[in-house]
Amino acid sequence: MSVKINENITVECETGNYHTFCPISCISWLYQKIEDSFFLVVGTKTCGYFLQNALGVMIFAEPRYAMAELEEGDISAQLNDYEGLKKLCIRIRKDRDPSVIIWIGTCTTELIKMDLEGMAPKLEWEIGIPILVARANGLDYAFTQGEDTVLAAMAHRCPEPEFSVRKPKEIIQIFFFHSRKKEELVEYANHPSLVLFGSLPSNVTSQLNLELKRQSIKVSGWLPAQKYTDLPSLGDGVYVCGVNPFLSRTATTLIKREKCKLIGAPFPIGPDGTRAWIEKICPVFGVETQGLEEREERIWESLKDYLDLVRGKSVFFMGDNLLEVSLARFLIRCGMIVHEIGIPYMDKRYQAAELSLLQDTCIKMCVPIPRIVEKPDNSNQIRRIRELQPDLAITGMAHANPLEARGINTKWSVEFTFAQIHGFANARDVLELVTRPLRRQKNLENLGPTTLVRK
Amino acid sequence: MKLAYWMYAGPAHIGTLRVASSFKNVHAIMHAPLGDDYFNVMRSMLERERDFTAATASIVDRHVLARGSQERVVDNILRKDKEEHPDLIILTPTCTSSILQEDLQNFVNRASIISDSDVIFADVDHYQVNEIQAADRTLEQVVRYYLDRCHRQEKWDQFLTDAPSVNIIGIFTLGFHNQHDCRELRRLLRDLDIEINQIIPEGGSVEDLKNLPKAWFNLIPYREVGLMTAMYLNKEYGMPYISTAPMGAVDMAEWIRQIKKNVNTLALSSSSKRVDYEPYIDRQTRFVSQAAWFSRSIDCQNLTGKETVVFGDTTHAASITKILVREMGIRVSCTGTYCKHDAEWFKEQIKGFCDEILITDDHAEVGDMIAHMEPSAIFGTQMERHIGKRLDIPCGVISAPVHIQNFPLGYRPFLGYEGTNQIADLVYNSFALGMEDHLLDIFGGHDTKEIISKSLSTNIGLIWNPESRLELSKIPRFAREKVERNTEKFARQKGIETITVEVIYAAKEALNT
Repeated sequence: MSVKINENITVECETGNYHTFCPISCISWLYQKIEDSFFLVVGTKTCGYFLQNALGVMIFAEPRYAMAELEEGDISAQLNDYEGLKKLCIRIRKDRDPSVIIWIGTCTTELIKMDLEGMAPKLEWEIGIPILVARANGLDYAFTQGEDTVLAAMAHRCPEPEFSVRKPKEIIQIFFFHSRKKEELVEYANHPSLVLFGSLPSNVTSQLNLELKRQSIKVSGWLPAQKYTDLPSLGDGVYVCGVNPFLSRTATTLIKREKCKLIGAPFPIGPDGTRAWIEKICPVFGVETQGLEEREERIWESLKDYLDLVRGKSVFFMGDNLLEVSLARFLIRCGMIVHEIGIPYMDKRYQAAELSLLQDTCIKMCVPIPRIVEKPDNSNQIRRIRELQPDLAITGMAHANPLEARGINTKWSVEFTFAQIHGFANARDVLELVTRPLRRQKNLENLGPTTLVRK
Repeated sequence: MKLAYWMYAGPAHIGTLRVASSFKNVHAIMHAPLGDDYFNVMRSMLERERDFTAATASIVDRHVLARGSQERVVDNILRKDKEEHPDLIILTPTCTSSILQEDLQNFVNRASIISDSDVIFADVDHYQVNEIQAADRTLEQVVRYYLDRCHRQEKWDQFLTDAPSVNIIGIFTLGFHNQHDCRELRRLLRDLDIEINQIIPEGGSVEDLKNLPKAWFNLIPYREVGLMTAMYLNKEYGMPYISTAPMGAVDMAEWIRQIKKNVNTLALSSSSKRVDYEPYIDRQTRFVSQAAWFSRSIDCQNLTGKETVVFGDTTHAASITKILVREMGIRVSCTGTYCKHDAEWFKEQIKGFCDEILITDDHAEVGDMIAHMEPSAIFGTQMERHIGKRLDIPCGVISAPVHIQNFPLGYRPFLGYEGTNQIADLVYNSFALGMEDHLLDIFGGHDTKEIISKSLSTNIGLIWNPESRLELSKIPRFAREKVERNTEKFARQKGIETITVEVIYAAKEALNT
């Protein structure tokens, strides 16, 4: 089969009338990641209602976040913002004693121009707890971009490195998974320090650390770390690399403010992505990769049962969490046909390597490059879904049940944000999510009609 | 500015959206930033709605901040008009638009000239009203809009229906067991030989609203939403209304008698015959509803004098309190509601039925009160259920706010005679579970769990030595917390720092004397 593919990636832009989570939702995973933090969302009942419903049962577990609910007096500036926030922060210090308080600015604080950035340093000095400000509001950002604003704010608080180049060589023993008996002496290469950015569950960070360790590359730290007090050193000569596609502000901050060097790489989602990610990092430090091809091959091998299920099936991304390009690239490599990649925001520079891997993957798999739609329009998209009748629509909860009732299989996109999808070991989890609606459909095959709406 | 983790009632726009999406072919457009359309997720998930929720956002972003919404809102209204041809488009303000202070009414005026749909601007202020009040207002606003217009056009048909008929006002989406209640009310009214003129807003059509006054009178099952509409219809069209909630056997009878009164009053002036529902009430109460018999059965005897706490919206909290006290002989230590705006009515309703009244929308206050009272069972919202979990007290959910498990697929009305059965089950199961638990403890049980302090209060500075811990674990679970607390109180009074087995029993003795 030879399909001549000779196209470049184009990004269309629609109206931006689409459904996504408010970016303040990032606190739900960040408060769990950063164990000694407290998130204070300065906003209205609307924000609070979203949080309490979106985060469901977490609310009842005494979470380390709260709303500073603005009342009419705050809006009309009859009350003093500074005194109000001070009172709340003192109470938080007393009840929870966090190492850092992170103020999440919302639409309302933007609209009334509350000077959070101005008040924070003053209050920080007064109460003795670091206060960060992140403007994770729905006027500017979508869903996962909330994390981006928090990490960008946090980057400023990272300490300066003591040495720009790491200390003398260390020799470390590690056990390889596939050759448990054979002890191998692995030597870290003598390379400048590497900091990875993006919030991932701690077992996923150790998996990725280990993956790089096999290539004798040492990860000096993560932004964010498990504790605020363990933030990594950043500065001139430090190399940084992102693990998630929605961290463009953080990347910019690291380059411009912290003078770090960014390694542009595809994101370690799927075995192909993980391999490409490592292959971009290694040469920067003059390291030749070892055994990667075989490793990737073995992972694909282990996915065979799921690959048989997805091969030839079509998928439509409505777009709401910015993981779409990486996921689409992986699914195309799995043999799926992607109709459309909806995405809230496309940073072509930060995602450059990912986009070019997408292009390569399409050429390799002999499929045309799918259309990428930035700021999509949900009602147009639903019309397209009706025409295309994809085997799977990856979409938000607002559309999932109505589409299912019309016989379209859906997968709730938010699950990709909360599931572990990074690295070689978690590729199976991605496919577990993608195939679940397909497997369910198979189980219910003989149940009768799939469309259950009144006309 | 206040610290908040949880709220009982949502923001105003949610109320407006609930009314809008309950009507057939009505579309709501929110003037809101990205992400504020979370309502669609709730409706799609909680109600397991098969259709797309007819609510979209006209997105407020940086450009809007810089230059105003300008054509955007009007364009979005006209686009919806063209694509979906709704009967009515409701432009819904949010907290954001409250601050922006754009002249949204003006956009509505402009759009309504061009569009085929009717367009109105929901008259709710985020900072003045909550979800419940906003829903009440919006429903009234929609009804008033269509009746006023009809009046102006003099297409007026004011004749009442020949047979007795009613409107049911206030059944709507995301309401607590509303769908089941609605079905039960239909059944009841059919039994009473009364026609249903209209049910609004759920499944209603705005085009039919002009016929609302043809009904003989209005039924308002839940006073939170619908009362404003009923009062408007009463004032403008002289329509009587019944705002008693037909919940529980006693109020059911009262409700039916009120219906009788209304029917018979109007029957005088028409050719209809007078009705007598007493035999029906008697038969239903004694044989269809099991609740009256249940109250007299041995099971219910065991519940005599048990203490409970009730919390919820005004309708459900007041009705359940009355059911517990006068229909089951259970003691209600405290009843409360988060509907602060309707506190007076609430207090009046439950006067004499409970020891204490709590009016608050702060869940921590409710939690502290429950911890302090240590009731045998709680009847409240999802929040009280979680408080109950932490305190090891069973809880029956009787009111919104609720989770997906409170949108059951099976038939579970709270209203009507079938509702009395459901409530009796709910009450009995809550207590019975607690009772089984105690029996397990008393007979040694299989409780191998370590004691974890679930107390909401703090017990700083006291140390339980291993022997005393062990002793505490031997005490049946239902009494354990109380013993633990009493012992600690005693120790603190006496200045004892380490609690030994001796201290536990000294405390017990001190308490007995």
